[in-house]
Amino acid sequence: MSLFRELLFPLIAVLAAFVVGGILILLVGDNPLHAYALLFGSAFSWPVGVGYTLFYATPLIFTGLAVALAFRCGLLNIGAEGQLYVGSFAAAWVGIEFGGVFIRNGAGEIVNSPIANLPIALLLPLCFIAAISVGAIWGGIPGVLKAKFGSHEVINTIMLNFIAVALCSYFTQYHYKIPGDPIMQTAEIGSNANIMRLGKFIPSMPSFIPLNASFLLALLCCLLVYLFLWRTKWGYELRATGTNPSAAEYGGVSVRKQIIIAMTISGALAGMVGINEVLGYRHRYYDGFSDNYGFTGIAVALLGRNHPVGVILAALLFAVLQRGGIPVDAFTEHVTKDIVQVLQGTIILFVAAEAFFRGPFSRWGLLKRSKV
Amino acid sequence: MADIFTIALIWSTIRLSTPLVLAALGGLFSERSGVINIALEGMMLAGAFTAAAVTHAAGNPFVGLLAGMGAGLLIAAIHAVACIRYRADQVVTGTAINILMIGLPPFLSGAFFLSSGSTPQIPREHLIPWTPIVIAFILVPLTWYVLYKTPFGLRLRSVGENPEAADAAGVRVAKMRYAGVLLSGILAGIGGAYLSIGQSSLFTRNMTSGRGFIALAALIFGKWRPVQTMLACLLFGFTEAVTIQMQGVVKLPSGEDIPIQFIQMVPYVLTIVVLAGFIGSSRPPKALGMPYEKER
Amino acid sequence: MIELRNITKRFGAVLANDHINIKVEPGTIHAIVGENGAGKSTAMRIAYGFYKADSGEILVEGKVHEIASPHDAIALGIGMVHQHFMLVDTMTVAENIILGAEPGNAVALDLDQARAEIRRVSEEFKLAVNPNAVIEHLSVGQQQRVELLKALYRHARLLILDEPTAVLTPQEVDEFFAILRRMREQGKTVVIITHKLSEVLAISDDVTVMRDGKVVGRVKTKETNAAELARLMVGREVLLRVEKPEAKVGQPELSVQGLTVKKADGSKRIDNVSFDVRAGEILGIAGVEGNGQTELIEALAGLVASNHISGKILFENRNIAHEGARLRRELGIAHIPEDRHRRGLLLEFDLAENSILGVHYRKPIVNVAGVFLDSDAVRRRANEIIEGFDVRPANPDLPARALSGGNQQKLIIGREVKVNPKLLLVSQPTRGVDIGAIEFIHRKLVNLRDAGCAVLLVSAELEEVTSLADRLLIIHEGRIVGEVDPKIATIEEIGLLMTRGH
Repeated sequence: MSLFRELLFPLIAVLAAFVVGGILILLVGDNPLHAYALLFGSAFSWPVGVGYTLFYATPLIFTGLAVALAFRCGLLNIGAEGQLYVGSFAAAWVGIEFGGVFIRNGAGEIVNSPIANLPIALLLPLCFIAAISVGAIWGGIPGVLKAKFGSHEVINTIMLNFIAVALCSYFTQYHYKIPGDPIMQTAEIGSNANIMRLGKFIPSMPSFIPLNASFLLALLCCLLVYLFLWRTKWGYELRATGTNPSAAEYGGVSVRKQIIIAMTISGALAGMVGINEVLGYRHRYYDGFSDNYGFTGIAVALLGRNHPVGVILAALLFAVLQRGGIPVDAFTEHVTKDIVQVLQGTIILFVAAEAFFRGPFSRWGLLKRSKV
Repeated sequence: MADIFTIALIWSTIRLSTPLVLAALGGLFSERSGVINIALEGMMLAGAFTAAAVTHAAGNPFVGLLAGMGAGLLIAAIHAVACIRYRADQVVTGTAINILMIGLPPFLSGAFFLSSGSTPQIPREHLIPWTPIVIAFILVPLTWYVLYKTPFGLRLRSVGENPEAADAAGVRVAKMRYAGVLLSGILAGIGGAYLSIGQSSLFTRNMTSGRGFIALAALIFGKWRPVQTMLACLLFGFTEAVTIQMQGVVKLPSGEDIPIQFIQMVPYVLTIVVLAGFIGSSRPPKALGMPYEKER
Repeated sequence: MIELRNITKRFGAVLANDHINIKVEPGTIHAIVGENGAGKSTAMRIAYGFYKADSGEILVEGKVHEIASPHDAIALGIGMVHQHFMLVDTMTVAENIILGAEPGNAVALDLDQARAEIRRVSEEFKLAVNPNAVIEHLSVGQQQRVELLKALYRHARLLILDEPTAVLTPQEVDEFFAILRRMREQGKTVVIITHKLSEVLAISDDVTVMRDGKVVGRVKTKETNAAELARLMVGREVLLRVEKPEAKVGQPELSVQGLTVKKADGSKRIDNVSFDVRAGEILGIAGVEGNGQTELIEALAGLVASNHISGKILFENRNIAHEGARLRRELGIAHIPEDRHRRGLLLEFDLAENSILGVHYRKPIVNVAGVFLDSDAVRRRANEIIEGFDVRPANPDLPARALSGGNQQKLIIGREVKVNPKLLLVSQPTRGVDIGAIEFIHRKLVNLRDAGCAVLLVSAELEEVTSLADRLLIIHEGRIVGEVDPKIATIEEIGLLMTRGH
C-alpha cells in the first residue's frame, strides 16, 4: 500500500469523526465551526499553546510507541497504563532513596532515610534506568505468560494495570508519603534528579510551561524504534513474527522469544512516561496522575498506523485536542472538554472499522505453535 | 478475624457485586457467542448516565432503568455491527467504545444540565436500590437455564465454539452473535443503571471506575460459566467491601496490619493465575475473537 | 436420487468444478473418486448448500431445487458428514445431534425426547453411542458415528460422506462398512467421496471419477478394477519430460532412520520411515496428499515439536532430529515449503525483505555492529535472486502479495537455492504455478542437483516427480510402500502404490 493510501485512511477517519462531533455540537446548540476554531486555535499559539501541546504529547508518544511496537509483533498491549505507573514510581523511588531525601513527619522525626545522595551524573541516569527497567519487567510478565502458557495478553495486561495501581498506591501511602499530607503523593524527589524545562533554553518560552527535555527523549525514542524495527535483525524478526508467525518460524525465528522481547521493550517505552512526569514535571510520584495515557496510547498507535512517524503525528493531534479542550469548555455555551474523548473514541472506531481486513489482532489462537 | 464477617460486610458485598454480576453475565452472552467484549465498561457508563438523566426527567426510576437498558443496547449495537458485519478487531472496537464513553456522558450532561459532568441529584423516593439486586441474582439461574436448557442457549454456545459446525447444522451464526452482543449491552446497561439510580443518586463522570474490566475478569475467573462467574463477582465485591469497611487496614488474628492494597490485588492476581492454567484449565469459547467468514 | 447437471464453480482463479455431471441412483452406494484438488468435495458441498454454484442445476428426485444453504439441503433430505468433523467438542453427543433441530419449544429443550429419538435411530442403524458423552472424549470412530446420527436424526435420505475412512483404523473401517450396508438396506442413498480405491471396490455400487475439476469417467463398480480407476484418477498425459544428464551421485547427505512423527492426538502421521538422500541426486516421494508428506518434510525442516518425533535424522552423520529450524539452516539444509503463503513468504513485506528470510541475521546481510541490516547487501541479494530466477515484476520494493503464484514460488526457490544448500527439501514446487514457470523451476532443480546438492522432492504431480527424480519412493499412510525406478515404472504401477498401498 503506498504511503499516500496509508495516510488516507486515518485522515478520513479523523475527518469523519469531526463530522460526527460537529453534529453533536450542533445538537447541544453550539456552532461547530466556532468550537473547532477554539479547539485548534489555542494549540498553536506561541509560546504557551505550543509548549503545552508538546508537553501533553510527550507521554502519548511514549505509550503510542509502546503499543505500536507490540502491535508490530501481533500483540495487544492494553497494559501501558500499568507499565507507565510502575515505571514512574520506580523513577520517583530512586529519586528519593538515592537523591538524599529525608521524609519527616509533622513532628520533625525522620520516617524514612534515603540510601544515598548521589550527584546528578549518577542519579539522573539511575532514575532513567529505573523507569525503563521496571516498565520493562511489567511488560515482560504478560509476555512470558503468553509465551509459556499461551494465556492471552489482553486480560493479563488489564489485570496488571490494576495490580500496578494498587502496588504504587501502597508504597506511596505507607512508605513515601509525607505523613499528614492529605494528597496521595510521594515526597519530592532530590533536586539532582530534576530534568530541566525547555523554557530555560528557549528564549521566548517562560519556564512555568512544563515542557521538558523528555520531549526530546520521546523524539529520540521514535528514531530508535524506527531504526530497531526496520534496520536491525531483531526488528526484522519481530515484524516477521507479527505478520506471519508460521513463516517466521520457518525462517528460523523463535516466536516465543519474540513475544517476550516485544512485550518487554513495549513496557520499557511505557515506563519512560515516568521520566517526563516525575523527573520533568511534578518531581514526585502523584497517585493517579495518568490521564488515561495508556489507553490513549492505543488510539495513538492505531491512528499512527503503528509507525513512529504516525505515532508522533497522532500524539500531536490528540495533544492538540487535549489542549484545545480547555478553551472550548470555557468559551462555548454548552460544549465541555469531554468533546475531546468523544472525538478520540469516534476516531478509533472509524479507524477500526476501516481495518476490518487486518483481523489478526483478536485471535486468541495467534502465535499458537504451528508444529504438528 | 471476627470483625471481618459482619452482617454489614455481607450486605455490602452483595450491593457491590450486583453491578459486576449484571455486567459479567452480559459479557458471558457476548463471549459465549464468540465476540470479545471489553466494552462492558462503556456500556455500563451508557446505562448509568441514561438511567440517571431519564429518571431525573421523568421522575420515575423504572422508566430510567428501561432507558438505561436501551442505552446499553445502542452502544452494544455499535460494537456488534463493527465486529460482526465489518469484522473489525473486537478488542480495538471495545477500547474505542470505552474511550468514547469516558467523554460522551459528561459531554451530554454538561449540555443538558449545565454541570461539570454529573447529572442532577435524584430525590430518594425515585431511586431503586433493591430492584437491580434482585434482577441480578435472579438472572444467574435464569442465565444458566437459558444457556443450557433452551435451544437458543445451545445455538449460542455452538456459535462460540465452532461456528462452522453450527452453520453446517443450519444455525444462523451472525444472528446468534448479534443476540449475544446486544444482550450484553442490555445487561451491562442495567448494571450501570444500578450504579447511578440504585447505589447512589446521580451520575458522575467515569463512575464505573473500572468495574466493567473487573466484570470481565470475573467472567474469565468464572470460566465463562454463570454460577462460577457469580461467585467470582462476589469475591471481587467482597474485596471491595473489605477495602471500604476496613478503612485502610485489615487486621490479622495475630494483630498485624495488612494494607488494603494487598487485599485489592488478590482478585486480579487470581485471575492471572487462573488464566495461565494454574488452577484448572481456563478455556475460553474456542471461536472467541475470530470473526466468522465463509466462502460462498 | 440426486443429479448435478453442468455444475460450475470458480474460487478466484481456480476452476474447482468445470461443467460436471454426476448422477446418483437411489438406494445405492455411490463413490466419487479423484486426487486431492479434483473437485469432489466442492461438488458435494454445493449439493449440501455450503457453496453456491456459479452455474448449473441440482435435481433431487427428478425436480430442480434451489439449495442456498445447508438448511435447504436438510429440508430436502440431504445430509453431509464432512472430512473435518463439524462437531462442537465441549458439548455432548445429544446436544450436537439436535443442534439446529431441537425438540421441545423455544423455552425448553426437551432433552428426554431427544435422547429417545437418538436411541431409536441408533438402534435402527446399529450406531451405538452414549448420548451423554462429551465429544472431545470420544474416539474418532465414535465421533464419526455421531456425525452420521446427526444426518439420520434429520431424516436424511441421501448421505454424503467426505473421506470418511481417512481417520479410521482398519477395524473401524470394517465396522463402518457394515453401517453403510445397513443404511443401504434401509433404503438410504449414500455418496462417499474418497481416494482409496480398495474401499471403493469393496463397498460401492457405482463410481464417478473426477480429475482437475472435471468428471472423467462413470462406471459400475462390478465392471471395473483398480488399475482402470487409478489410470482415470491420475491421468496419463505426459506434460513435461525434463531432459537431464545422468546423475553423479555421492555420499548420503541425509539419512532418515526409523522416523516416526506423531500428532497431538497420538496418531502416527509418519510411521517408522527410513531412507537416504545422496548428494547429486533427486529423491522423489510420490503419494496422494494427506499421506504424511507434509509432516515428513516439516519434521526434516525442524518445524515439528521435538516431543512428537522419534527415530533418527542424520545429516552428515549428525543427528538433528531434535534440533530447531535455525540450526538446520545453518548446517546447510534449505526448504521450499508446500504452502508458500503460510510458510514461505511474508506477504506484507516487500520482495527485498522476503529474499533474506532465513539469512537475515547473518553476514553479509548484517554488518554494522552485527546488528544492523546492510540495506545494500539486502538489495543486492534481492536483485540477484530476482534476476537469476526471473521473478516478475522485477521490482524489489513490491509487496510479495502483489506477485503471481508462479513468481512468488520463483522467489522462494531463488532464496533457498542462493544459500548453496547441501540438502534441499522441496514440497509441491509447481503447485498453482503457470506452465512457463514450471519449466524454469524444474530446470533450476536439476541444476542444483548437478552441482552436488541432495534434493528431496515431494510432489503430488506424478509427471513432475517421475521426470525429475532419479529414484522414486511411494508413500502411503505414513509409510514408504515401495521404491521404483522412475524411468521404467508405469503410471499404473505407481498409481496403484499411491492409492492402494501395494
